[in-house]
Amino acid sequence: MRILVMSKPVPDPAANAERLGPDRRLDRSASPTVVNGNDEYGLEAALQLVEAHGGEVAILTMAPTTGIETMRKALAMGAIRGVLVADEGLVGADIPTTIRVLAAAAATQEFDLLLGGLDTSDGAGGAVTAGVAARLGLPLLSAAAKIEPDEAAGKVRVSRLSARGYDLIEAPMPAVISCTQALGTPRYPSLKGIMAARSRQITTLTLADLGADLAPAGGAWPSRVLEVLPPPSRAAGRTVTGAPADQAREIADYLADRRII
Amino acid sequence: MTQSGPILGSTRLTEEQLLLREAVRVLADERVAPRAAAIDRDGVFPQDIRALLAEHDVFAIPFAEQHGGLGADLLTLILAIEQLSRACATTGLILAVQALGAIPIQVAGTPEQQDRWLPGLASGEKLIAFGLTEPDAGSDPSGIRTKAVRDGDEYVIDGGKRFISHASVADYVVVFAVTSPDADKPSRRLSAILVETDRPGFKVTRIEHKMGLRGSPTAELAFDGVRVPVGNRLGAEGQGFAIAMQTFERSRPGIAAQAVGIAQGALEAAAAYANGRKQFGKPIAELQMVQAMLADMDASTEAARHLLYTACEEIEAGNTDAARWAAIAKLVAGDTAMRVTTDAVQVFGGYGYIDEYPVERMMRDAKITQLYEGTQQIQRLIVARSLLARS
Repeated sequence: MRILVMSKPVPDPAANAERLGPDRRLDRSASPTVVNGNDEYGLEAALQLVEAHGGEVAILTMAPTTGIETMRKALAMGAIRGVLVADEGLVGADIPTTIRVLAAAAATQEFDLLLGGLDTSDGAGGAVTAGVAARLGLPLLSAAAKIEPDEAAGKVRVSRLSARGYDLIEAPMPAVISCTQALGTPRYPSLKGIMAARSRQITTLTLADLGADLAPAGGAWPSRVLEVLPPPSRAAGRTVTGAPADQAREIADYLADRRII
Repeated sequence: MTQSGPILGSTRLTEEQLLLREAVRVLADERVAPRAAAIDRDGVFPQDIRALLAEHDVFAIPFAEQHGGLGADLLTLILAIEQLSRACATTGLILAVQALGAIPIQVAGTPEQQDRWLPGLASGEKLIAFGLTEPDAGSDPSGIRTKAVRDGDEYVIDGGKRFISHASVADYVVVFAVTSPDADKPSRRLSAILVETDRPGFKVTRIEHKMGLRGSPTAELAFDGVRVPVGNRLGAEGQGFAIAMQTFERSRPGIAAQAVGIAQGALEAAAAYANGRKQFGKPIAELQMVQAMLADMDASTEAARHLLYTACEEIEAGNTDAARWAAIAKLVAGDTAMRVTTDAVQVFGGYGYIDEYPVERMMRDAKITQLYEGTQQIQRLIVARSLLARS
């Protein structure tokens, strides 16, 4: 089984230093760079799948050439090689452009599953993985909490997070899956893995390799950020007080009124 | 990677070194730190920790890839010893001694000798000790009396060693013995010979009762007509002293790393305690006298760390005065560890003096870093000689 995992370097959310630049885009110089959380959950799932079924995991990243540094961690965790799309013409690329470029880069690779994060912790657009699937004309299985491929049947089943629990969805492979935290905690790279990552191959692709028309000249992106607002604060919750039995009854009535139970 | 720990001295480290340090830090925090107090209390070599280090390839760090190692540089080894020592100085020494004992094989062994002994050391299946010190020959190796007399294809070793870390649990001891008693220069009297500890006549005659590093056995050894093949000699006959000195250039930074790690552990414990402990209606961390102590502890620990990292780079780059860099790093780090751990006990007040908290152990452990692999006085002697030779 060949799994390609899209992985984006993002400002470390733990550094608490995220801030916007004058163009209303994230100032990436303000924080140390780490691998996007949801991408790392996907990578962990991919590594577990090849451990169980055989095969290999490769990494696909679109980033400045410094992206090689964060890619090393994925290679140390067990990915076998990396593909880095790095081009001056992609600095500040918007979501549609990112989708076109990643889809073109993915198309140069052979894979049974293409994994990406449900969203990234920086832009949080949540559209790239789905967009890449659409662009490639492949089925998308979104918000995965569990991934179960059946190689003999040539299909994959995903438990998709939903408001009511899980939806079981199935699609033929190759397929694209968007990944969530529910897939499980990423492993720490082993010491052997860290040192082995040194000799793992990272292929760098530029726009010239993929098609110069994928990105508009001069950064004239088809979309731009008009405004950035904090999410509206939520109304205060309701506090239930009284004897435990009364509290339980009140909560049950509340849920029953809304047909939740 | 989400860096949950302190981001310290990171500027010059490669992504690979940062990843490796983080991996060892997590291992130390999750698996070693919870054992540290018991290791100190029991005073027994922690075989479970040895197995843990082997399982996670920590022993492999200072060995070449062809011998099953990770092929890491000196600074990377130092990062690992520092992180282990931050949690437990005895554990840091397990890695440091394995690296120390292997250096004579790495610098003076033939390819055949290296293939024979290094893979077992890299995997952690075998342990090695470094046998230089004798009851009457510590700082001055010219007083060494243990002798190795050639008898056909063998050496016959007679004598004794003292203060040999891990010798009672090791599979091999690199023994420095007199092979040329009449050499024109005292420095040409010694040879380095690897002795398997299961050879007849090898005896552990005492395990020292120590102030600190109590999980690390320090052994007195007797050699009573121990026969080893001539093929166990590392380097040429008479080269032993030079091999020992070359070894210290690469091993002293390991002790400096242990010292920096102990200081960092004490600093973190003291800062956490100061935030939680309330007196006069507020955390003692809000008292300026406590803040000043913590700030000095942090500043001096960071200074010792950066000096050590620089020393590693100079030594790795083949600086002709590597001995000076090693001595300076160990001198500053050892004194820093002693001062910082003493101040950590002070921040804890009476609680620092009891074994409910780790800082009294750290203070006892820190003291050894001023004593072994050359006392602080020997380090100063090396630095002064180097300085005066240049003046």
